[in-house]
Amino acid sequence: MFRTYSALAALLLAAVPAQAAPKINVMTATQDLAAIAREVGGDLITADSIAMGYQDPHFVEPKPSFLLKLQKTDLLVVVGLQLEIGWLPPLITQSRNAKIQPAQSGYMDMSQYCNILEIPQGQVTRAMGDVHPLGNPHYWLNPDNGRRMAKALADRFSAMQPANAAQFAQRYAEFDKRLTEAEKGWDAKMAPYKGRKVVTYHRSWPNFCERFGLNVVDYVEPKPGIPPTPAHTLDLINVMTREGIKLILVEPYFDLRTPNSIASKVGGQVVVLMPSVGGNKEIANYFQLFDYDINLLVNTFSKLK
Amino acid sequence: MLVSVAALLLAGALPAQDTTELLNRMKAMEDRIHALETEVATLKGQQTAAVAQAQPVAAPPEPVSPVSPVAPVSIGGAGGAAAKVLNPDISVIGDFIGAVGNHGGRATPSLEMHESEVGFQEVIDPYARADFFISFGEKGVNLEEGYITFTSLPAGLQLKVGKMRAAFGRVNTTHNHVLPWIDRPLVSQNLVGGEDGIDDAGLSLSRILPSPKGLFLEGTAQVFRGDSDNVFSAVRRSDVAAVGHLRAYSDLSESTNIDFGASYARGHSPFADGKNQLYGMDATLRWKPLRRAIYHSFVARSELIWARTSAVPALIYGVISPTPVPPPFAVPPPSLAKPFGFYVSGDYQINRRWIFGGRFDRSQRGQCLPTNPASPTTSCYQYPSGSAFVAGTVPLLQDTGGSFQLTYVPSEFSLIRTQFRRARYGEGLTANEILFQFQFSMGAHGAHPF
Repeated sequence: MFRTYSALAALLLAAVPAQAAPKINVMTATQDLAAIAREVGGDLITADSIAMGYQDPHFVEPKPSFLLKLQKTDLLVVVGLQLEIGWLPPLITQSRNAKIQPAQSGYMDMSQYCNILEIPQGQVTRAMGDVHPLGNPHYWLNPDNGRRMAKALADRFSAMQPANAAQFAQRYAEFDKRLTEAEKGWDAKMAPYKGRKVVTYHRSWPNFCERFGLNVVDYVEPKPGIPPTPAHTLDLINVMTREGIKLILVEPYFDLRTPNSIASKVGGQVVVLMPSVGGNKEIANYFQLFDYDINLLVNTFSKLK
Repeated sequence: MLVSVAALLLAGALPAQDTTELLNRMKAMEDRIHALETEVATLKGQQTAAVAQAQPVAAPPEPVSPVSPVAPVSIGGAGGAAAKVLNPDISVIGDFIGAVGNHGGRATPSLEMHESEVGFQEVIDPYARADFFISFGEKGVNLEEGYITFTSLPAGLQLKVGKMRAAFGRVNTTHNHVLPWIDRPLVSQNLVGGEDGIDDAGLSLSRILPSPKGLFLEGTAQVFRGDSDNVFSAVRRSDVAAVGHLRAYSDLSESTNIDFGASYARGHSPFADGKNQLYGMDATLRWKPLRRAIYHSFVARSELIWARTSAVPALIYGVISPTPVPPPFAVPPPSLAKPFGFYVSGDYQINRRWIFGGRFDRSQRGQCLPTNPASPTTSCYQYPSGSAFVAGTVPLLQDTGGSFQLTYVPSEFSLIRTQFRRARYGEGLTANEILFQFQFSMGAHGAHPF
């Protein structure tokens, strides 16, 4: 009898699956960070973001509906470098979530792991426009920084769920391998256009342009965050004419009238590049972001020849 | 390379032996330059690595990926600590206001450095942060707000302790520089203390409440000492004021959202030994298309407020006094003023720099009860002392007004606004004014809650 009961108990225990660790609930400031988190977290995490890819990440409304998500967040991942200074701090404070307060275990500033460009030297004043005193925050547009973020996230996920550390490490290794392969393709496509001079609307592209060999000569904005002025626009037309620059790169959330007007004056072209995952329906992950932008650039350059 | 070219150029002009010697010396110099260049590159690489390791905020856990050893990298930004060490974020917001035209009895200066708001904001420790806003006027200083917020409480609670603007409606919680108008609506001036509002020392406890999916519900309960000019006055320690607020918010789409609020406040009346109770409803509809968020937006707001104010206006030495009257002056028993007021407003952002808006105001107020800015009290003399109040109800006056605003925003850190305001006050006086405002900010002023 005892043996029968023991066998039944063993069968029952075997039928009950081992309790899986709950998924890590990740909230990110932008869709780029969520995309990278999904790459290394897979189905062991859930990832959602606050700012949409087609939205200017400097100006996001801190809606109370975000608080409902932040309240249950295990890990908040931010771009940092004061990109979110105008909207994220009140959301964090009001979230009532002790874990995601700055410097707590559930708060992760990705800028601390990345290669940052345009860190101002010397005195910084608002006369320079809406300058980021800690460096340019658009660093995710260099795939190498994407790799660094993925590694940092994999490490953090492993620390949060040591039992799944091997899976996170494996997913990172796969991501790294795929990214390395993709970079070879992107480099090959962009190689013929290395050194090409371009103008951009905002200072969103230093990382992308440095990585793929484009030379940003000037900006449509006279200073960061300051809308185009007639005097600066005239200067810009002169610069583009003098240096034979034909391409203006614009983010999807800026008005195209001034760039189009400049392009028509210099016989150039405006290209709406996507600075983020989610910028349009074709860009659902980090690889597709570079695929889209590089294909668009290559097509445009080939037509401009 | 340049050395070699120079050597070749010189070679034709010198004897063969001298040329060989010169070439040897130049070759030696070239080698030396190469050696020095290599040394400098090595030193630069070491320096960058040292800086990267010394990042004070959060050092990278380990080298995160293979990086080209040639290009020196700068891991992390300058770091918040480098910019300000442990000092709080400090900001100053200047608010200059001018007015021309007929003020209709509620006089404001022709030119005034209306307010200079100094803000100090910082995290205190892992459990709390603090915010101080000190308002410097031309003639005095006022602690507008100064409170600690506990961010790590259990059960989803948040506690604020200090002096703060009460969570009554929308306008009362709003600092001057965030208002979409130069002035405050008549209902705020008449019933909720105007610019100062319900702003008092106390405690505030709030919680996000369980709600159906897609709905945000937040409840706030506050207790204050009970002293807010023209609204509450604490004669005894037990005369504390209580404020309750329920907020319901929902996204109608990614571009549109709606916000409702219900508020209640009660405290000791400053005008009699009795209660002052306020009931409020507010609604805000916002539209902002995400793809063009910096160019276009629309906000419609409305707020309705009902007051039940105990008041005993009395005549003392020929002056109407709405405050409790000490003996030996005889006063009639407290009467109840039951004014109601509201405003409706809308603002449309035309493009990146221009915003146009309008507002309609209507508000009652108790006869002789003060407003902020002050109304003329002459009409009080029309009522014989006490005679109008014995029936238990304070006579009401009604003010009606409307205004249009045009705002120009050169950058995130400054704005220029003009407002045409027309008001018909209960005393029979009419105001036709043009107000103008210059607002400018310095430093790091934290974003205000949505």
